[in-house]
Amino acid sequence: MDGNYELEKRKYVIGGAAVVIIIVYLIRLFTLQLLSEDFKISADSNAFLKRIQYPARGAITDRNGKLLVYNQPAYDVMVIMSEQIGVDTLDLCESLDITRDWYERRMEEIKDRKRNPGYSSYTQQLFMSQLSTEEFSRFQEKLFRFPGFYIQKRSIRQYNYPNAAHLLGDIGEVNQADIDSDRYYRSGDYIGKLGVERSYEKALRGEKGMEILLRDARGRIKGRYQNGKFDEAPVPGRNLTMSIDLELQALGERLMTGKMGSIVAIEPSTGEVLCMVSSPTYDPRIMIGRQRGKSQRLLANDPRKPLLNRAIMGQYPPGSTFKTSQALTFLQEGIITPQTAYPCSRGFHFRGLKVGCHGHGSPLPLVPAIATSCNGYFCWGLYHMFANRKRYATVQDAMTTWKDYMVSMGFGYKLGIDLPGEKRGMIPNAPFYDKAYRNDWSGLTVISISIGQGEVNLTPLQIANLGATIANRGWYIVPHVVKEVQGMSLDTLYTKKRYTKVERKHYETVVSGMRQAVLGGTCRLANTSYYEVCGKTGTAQNPHGQDHSVFMGFAPRENPKIAICVYVENGTWGATYGVPIGALMMEQYINGKLSEASKARATQFENKHLYTPVEYSLQTVTQ
Amino acid sequence: MPQKQPRNKKKAPSLWGSLDWLTIFIYMVLLALGWMSVCGACYEFGGTTSILDFSTRSGMQIVWIGTSLLLAFLILMTDDRIFESLSYIIYIGFLGLLFVTPFLAHDIKGSLSWIKIGSFSVQPAEFAKFGVALCLAKVMSIYGFDVRNWRDFIICIALIVVPMGLIVMQKETGSALVYSALFLMLYREGMPGAILFTAISAVVYFVVGIRFGWLPVMLLIWVFTTGLVLVYVERGKLWRLWWLLPPPLLAIYLLYLSLRDRVMSYCLIALFALGSIGFFYSADFMLNHVMEQHQQTRIRVLLGLEDDPRGAGYNVIQAKIAIGSGGLEGKGFLNGTQTKLKYVPEQDTDFIFCTVGEEEGFIGCAIVLLLFLALILRLVHLAERQPYTFGRVYGYCVLSIFLFHVFINVGMVLGLTPVIGIPLPFFSYGGSSLWGFTILLFVFLRIDAGRNRLQR
Repeated sequence: MDGNYELEKRKYVIGGAAVVIIIVYLIRLFTLQLLSEDFKISADSNAFLKRIQYPARGAITDRNGKLLVYNQPAYDVMVIMSEQIGVDTLDLCESLDITRDWYERRMEEIKDRKRNPGYSSYTQQLFMSQLSTEEFSRFQEKLFRFPGFYIQKRSIRQYNYPNAAHLLGDIGEVNQADIDSDRYYRSGDYIGKLGVERSYEKALRGEKGMEILLRDARGRIKGRYQNGKFDEAPVPGRNLTMSIDLELQALGERLMTGKMGSIVAIEPSTGEVLCMVSSPTYDPRIMIGRQRGKSQRLLANDPRKPLLNRAIMGQYPPGSTFKTSQALTFLQEGIITPQTAYPCSRGFHFRGLKVGCHGHGSPLPLVPAIATSCNGYFCWGLYHMFANRKRYATVQDAMTTWKDYMVSMGFGYKLGIDLPGEKRGMIPNAPFYDKAYRNDWSGLTVISISIGQGEVNLTPLQIANLGATIANRGWYIVPHVVKEVQGMSLDTLYTKKRYTKVERKHYETVVSGMRQAVLGGTCRLANTSYYEVCGKTGTAQNPHGQDHSVFMGFAPRENPKIAICVYVENGTWGATYGVPIGALMMEQYINGKLSEASKARATQFENKHLYTPVEYSLQTVTQ
Repeated sequence: MPQKQPRNKKKAPSLWGSLDWLTIFIYMVLLALGWMSVCGACYEFGGTTSILDFSTRSGMQIVWIGTSLLLAFLILMTDDRIFESLSYIIYIGFLGLLFVTPFLAHDIKGSLSWIKIGSFSVQPAEFAKFGVALCLAKVMSIYGFDVRNWRDFIICIALIVVPMGLIVMQKETGSALVYSALFLMLYREGMPGAILFTAISAVVYFVVGIRFGWLPVMLLIWVFTTGLVLVYVERGKLWRLWWLLPPPLLAIYLLYLSLRDRVMSYCLIALFALGSIGFFYSADFMLNHVMEQHQQTRIRVLLGLEDDPRGAGYNVIQAKIAIGSGGLEGKGFLNGTQTKLKYVPEQDTDFIFCTVGEEEGFIGCAIVLLLFLALILRLVHLAERQPYTFGRVYGYCVLSIFLFHVFINVGMVLGLTPVIGIPLPFFSYGGSSLWGFTILLFVFLRIDAGRNRLQR
């Protein structure tokens, strides 16, 4: 035995060292595991790959159940930069039918964090979008040769008919502004860009789902986390039923071939838009797939602006169709009675001011004045109203009253249709003229607004809505193109009646005038024995060229089913294009078909061009 | 009570009665927790094979555990004296085995320490610790042997350094470093504390020097030197202001004092100071010119000099993420994501503690660490109660090795010690290490069980 008991004390040094080590480690564990959440977050972002499950976008049908828009698979080529080393670029370009230049440019774009803020070399980046099924199958065969390249199936839109491009709109990849304004979107997502695709985006898109996958250190997927317990299934988008009647829309587009302008038809009792033609138009199918960019450039460069939806974005002088609103205002304000007659000797002559008119009997009371579209009558009416100092203290007061009537009829402001980009038109008010004429103006100064000229501008939709308001004898429902959103009730905006400031009895007078116009006035061409048509022509003066041809009408007179506005730019007289086209449209909608004679006339109008039409269809664009 | 047994009672207390069951209990619990961790580390999400399947590592680990228990039983069945008598033969046998290993080995990740026997690979370095421990115990129990004697001390060093060198030749620096743990045993047996102090000082200089530059090191040397003078020679005479001299001048002054006063301690302390300065300046040279690239990197990353998330630092970062994400209670058995998805490298061997941290949380980690502490403290107790030097030395060898493994392995996973690839006892997957630790422990338990035999 050693007998050196001094040494035995060293066991405390050794045991103490062990205790100190373990205590230090426990403190370290405590700080790592309990004091910081960072490691938990790092661990989750390490191991969980949250893969988005895209919902099917809602389908779109017309009011009769015809399928207009549906989904079709497309294939995006994705690339993971860190894995795509050693790829034969030449082979890749050949397989995808792209140039080397394009390849290099695209790669630069992907890596540019300014343009692609979500860039990471370890995650999939969009390399090329929307391969067709044939392109996909060709590329798929060779995919094994291109490590780092993947195919992601996407769903894109397909259109059954070449019509209603402006209404249906299209979808495209989200831009940075979309991502910034709605956190739902991520780079590469699709969003509605135009038409109902945009205005009903939230209903159509559904809700994305989320699949939580486990990813190992080399990025390989090792299965679903907890067998999908925390996955969220995508919610499919809602289907839309448009209020559009596809056949009516197609006929309208056919009739407007080679003419610029618009046709808007509304079901007066519901405010549902039955057709909305804007000409020139294009086949919506050219906006899908990879030719979208090319098509968009073509359309944007056309001086006739086919991308413009003239029905809601075109702001035109309404011409004589506007006289109906004037008659209603004067009647309601007591400026005239139905029996009041004003003289017209080929126009309105007063204190050196002259507004021309065509030959008709004189003096005329209101109904024949509407029927013959007498300029003089409405000029006198406005003159008497604006000069009435018993009723209005100043001309400004008169103007304000007048403006309020116009606004109550849906003019001067956006109606609120469920389409993006609607314009408000123009209804002048007193301050506007005070400024323009330095407070020195009278009814005579602004006399042309009474016949829908001068400062007054309406969209074709507002003109059609005027027709619907008259058809309803004093109210309208905000026009809308979507009749039903699956599983949702329509916005109350599109169900609530809005009354104008004019009583029903005055509307009856105006309706008589419009009926007279069809029976023996300017709209004789629209007369038919099947039902009672009421109408009003317009020949809107155009300082830049030929006058515009306008028709506003509705039918039948009692329980109207359709109110319509036809606006043909540079179509000269209202009766030249407006009335016959309007008549054909009403016949198509009310009878469900055209008679043989009407068919012939439709063909005749289809081929009657004001300019040489440019066709934007799949064949012409892909050439 | 045993002491009061009558002398004429010839029968020694039974083996089972004198076995230390507490140690065996801790051993069994650690084995069970270790197996759970291996399951966690090898489990494949969505995989179809059962964790008990022998094609999986968790299944194989059952085989290793089973054979280890069998081995433990066989050891307990032998006569404890056989180990003492065979210790030289065992030591020489292991030296021979270590010597031939690099020639027979097949290369596994640059290591030449594995030899193939049938379909199994065996790492002799894991077993050689046992031989070295036995041999040291035998040599040191020779009558008159004293570590404080320079000649005897050098014999001990030689017994340790020779196998270390052989293992370094197998490119297993980590396993070789384990033998340095035996200095702890030498300290217990009388090695001057100054040597241990010097060795630890060297490591501290190295770490501090690389991390913070020369000034703090000089400050440390000055503190150590002054402290030594005050403790060993001057006994608190602080009023002489010589101790304010900077270390090099201080050393020279101390040398002058030793010559003047003929006090050896001054000389030794001066040598310590000079040696410290020399060591520090050679350390930088060592790091940049002697060490291999990957070792340099590991040290630099450990000391926070290099941020290298995909290289050596990656392991440490991912280990910390895995452990840190466990929280208080962990994610639950087989629910860890970081370890299973292979973010943590070597997650079933060297980095197995990550699995404990991730799946069992702070509570699990604390239990494991406290069990290891209990094991080591129990072994200190057992070693101290040995009646003979042989048993005590062997016991200290065993506990020093366990302490070193736990210290380095857990410290590396926690980012506190360098990344040195050595297994965590009873946790890391693999037959060699489990068998090695089992043999080490149970031979000691068998020796301990024989402590009450009548005095020879």
